[in-house]
This record gives sequence, C-alpha cells and structure tokens, in this order.
Amino acid sequence: MDEALLRSLTPSVLGILVRRGADFAAAEDAVQDALVEAVRVWPADPPRDPKGWLITVAWRRFLDAARADTARRRREDVVDEEPEAAPVSAVDDTLQLYFLCAHPSLTPSSAVALTLRAVGGLTTRQIAQAYLVPEATMARRISRAKRTVSGVRFDQPGDVATVLRVLYLVFNEGYSGDVDLAAEAIRLTRQLAAAIDHPEVAGLLALMLLHHARRVSRTAPDGGLVPLAEQDRARWDTTLIAEGVEILQAALARDQLGEFQAQAAIAALHADAQRAEETDWVQIVEWYDELARLTDSPVVRLNRAVAVGEADGPHAGLAALAPLDDSLPRHTAVAAYLHERAGDLETAARLYAEAARKAPNLAERDYLTRQAARLNSRSR
Amino acid sequence: MAKYLLLKHYRGGPTPVNDVPMDQWTPEEISAHVQYMEDFAARLQETGEFVDGQAVAPEGTFVRYDGEGRPPVTDGPFAETKDLIAGWMLIDVDSYDRALELAGELSAAPGAGGKPLHEWLEVRPLLTLPPTVTD
Repeated sequence: MDEALLRSLTPSVLGILVRRGADFAAAEDAVQDALVEAVRVWPADPPRDPKGWLITVAWRRFLDAARADTARRRREDVVDEEPEAAPVSAVDDTLQLYFLCAHPSLTPSSAVALTLRAVGGLTTRQIAQAYLVPEATMARRISRAKRTVSGVRFDQPGDVATVLRVLYLVFNEGYSGDVDLAAEAIRLTRQLAAAIDHPEVAGLLALMLLHHARRVSRTAPDGGLVPLAEQDRARWDTTLIAEGVEILQAALARDQLGEFQAQAAIAALHADAQRAEETDWVQIVEWYDELARLTDSPVVRLNRAVAVGEADGPHAGLAALAPLDDSLPRHTAVAAYLHERAGDLETAARLYAEAARKAPNLAERDYLTRQAARLNSRSR
Repeated sequence: MAKYLLLKHYRGGPTPVNDVPMDQWTPEEISAHVQYMEDFAARLQETGEFVDGQAVAPEGTFVRYDGEGRPPVTDGPFAETKDLIAGWMLIDVDSYDRALELAGELSAAPGAGGKPLHEWLEVRPLLTLPPTVTD
C-alpha cells in the first residue's frame, strides 16, 4: 500500500471530477471517500491502474451523493452518464487546485486546511491532529472554506504568491502529530514546481530543502533548541543541501529575484560553511539588504542586525538594531546576544531573562533562560 | 494561526460594568446568560475556531511533594486567594485581533437586567513550538 502514490494522485483525480462538471465541494468529498476506500481495499486487492480506480470510485461516490441530494430536492437534472472530461492536462488541473485552495478570499488557516486536504489528500483527522484542534472543528473549517470558494471558477488563473504563502505556513508552523508537516510542505511544493515553471516556486522549494537539511541538528537530545552556530554540521543532510543549492542556482540565473530566493540564498550561505566561523556574513548582510528591499519586513531588519553584528562586530550590530521597534518579537533576544558579544555581560544577562519572559515558544524560552543562567552563574 | 486562552475570572480582574452577583439575577436572566455562552461556543465550532471550553469549581486544593515515601501534603482552599479562574475557552484563530474580537463578544454575555456584563476576560497566547525558518 503506497500511501505516497495514493496521495500524489489526489489533485489530478479531483481535477478530473471538477472538469466533468462536479462542483468542487462535492467532488472533494467524493475523492476523500475514494481515498478512504483505497486505504481499505488496496492492501488485499491492489488495482492495476490506481488512478483509474480512484477516478471510477470517486465518480461513483459523487453520483450517489448527487442522486441522494437530487431526490431530497425532488429534482432530476443530474446527468447519470459519465461524461468525457475536457481535454486538459493533469498538470493544469493540479495547478488550478493549488490556486483554488489558496484563494485570497480564504483566511490563512482555512487555506492551509483546504490545501492539505484537497491537494495533499490528508484526512480531516490527520489535519486536526497536526494542528492540535478537535476533528469537528477542522471539519467545519474545511467545509466553510469549500463554501467560500464555491463560486470561484475552476479555470480562473490565480496568483502563485498566495499559494507560496500557504505552503510556507505549512512548512514553518512547528506543530507536529502523526503527519510530518514539513515533509508534506516539501512534497506539495515539489508537486507545484513540477506543474509551473516559476523562480519563486523554485526559491521556496530550495529554502525548504536547505532548512530541512538541518532539522536533526536543531534539537538537542533533551529536546532543547540548538542555535545555528552550535549545530553539529556533520549531521546536516548533504544530499538535501546539494539539491537545494542546485535548484536555487537555476532560479537565481533567471534574474527574477523574489523573497523566497533571497531567503534561500541566506540558507545556502549557512549551508556552505563547514564551521560556523567560516560563515560568509558579509554576503549574508547583502542578501538581507536585498530582502529588506523586497519585503520591507521589520523581522528581516532584525535578522539583518544579527548578521551585521557578525560581519562588522557587535557595536555595528547594536547600531543596526537601534532604530528598530523594541516590541518586535525576538528584539530583546537579539539585543542580549549583541551585548554579550560586546562584553557587557550584566546587561546581556538581564536582557536574556527579559527575552525569555517574552518568548513566543517554550523551546526559545528555555534556551534564553539558560543563556541568562549561564551569564548569571559566571558573574557570581 | 495561533491558539489563545480566554480566561474568565471569578475574581482578580477589574470589576465588570454590570456588577451584580449572579444569585441576585432572575432565573430568566441566568438562563439567558447560559444560553449566550452555549450559542457562542456553538458559533465558534461552526467557524472552525473552537478547541475547548471548560468551567472549573471555585474551590481547589493546593498539593505539594513532601519527601520520599510520604504522602503529598495538601492545603487550602484559601478564601483570600486574589486571582481565581472560573473557566476558559481555548480558541484557534488567524490573528491576535480576532482573539480580541471574540473575547469582546464573549464579554457581552447578558447579566442582570438582560444587559451585557462587560466582564473583563483575560486573553493569553499559548506558547507554540519554534518555527522552522529562523535565519
């Protein structure tokens, strides 16, 4: 039973049902039913043509549901025959599905849930577990999302940027459950990259691969956070890094820079350093300058201050930090680090403790508390 | 997407605008209040934002370890405890602003005279797991 194969067929099967005239919400339900049926039946009785099997079963489910619906409403305008799908490639259908599931009328959380189900082929239960909400809540979120996009024409061209934001959210949100969301985000981004030739899609894929390559080294055996400078670089996945770098280089060569390519370039420079001390911080600062031009995000300028601190010394870093709003998340943590580098251990300890109180997640809080404790125990 | 805890306090927060103890309301006013809370939770289930909601008893016991092989020591309840949680609702929403909006709606639950309580609710973000991309 190849679940990866099964799930990779989801978007094209769904696309075919919609092309045959099924409305998106009903078609999506029918495909979910067919997937569940496949998981039940395939292990003992594997089909010769998995995709054909899924289409047949999903279409039958759709017709059954439509008939039941028609009977309820005493109308008989549903076509029973199996119409020919319009001659459109599975690649186009897949792309349209991405656009629909990331439609700008959806909230980010709805777009994420709908993408994981309709494009990713995950069950509602798996998505609910991944995001730590009750299954009933996730079911409602998905059905509302389907209602929201029900009026959107399937063949309407969409904006790749909205799709990329959704995939980035899936990758970056650190929740976990049965489903490996980071791996799922990579799978979906690969599938998107196969459906559309776009430098930012490639940039996002490269970014994900380069960060995924460091995953095992990010966490200590006790679950604590290991910062980049202290990671065991021998544990980085060189195959993923090589693939990420190759994809990134091909994208950059097209000279249509975007934020994901720039972020991936920074990750690639980190990946390139055998030891933390060999990091090319000067080039990283230049990429942050590019990023700041592209996004004007305060978080980028905060990260840039860290890079400036490494490239030109902690005082330059503090100068780069000075004009930024100190209510930014992690501002205090960055200030603490730069003060420590500058030798002001007392201020650094105080700021680490303050940063720990403001930390948005437990791992960072524990890490920052340990930094404060380390400095405090040294000065005693 | 982030989870927030909407905390309802028996005491500890600022005084609500409509500050009449519940046992001074009419039975109909109590029913209307309970109905409002149930409708609110049902509405959040419908929007796909509901995670959990519970009420807790006002009286609790403090417990602590008392050394190897000894039963835990208990103490309390303490009538003078300043901050007393009455219950919570856990929501999963797209933004902090949405969490505030929902807390505002919940605080409008009717009290004495059928008027909104204007009760102070505390909104606390849950700590998450760290994001993947940090550089």
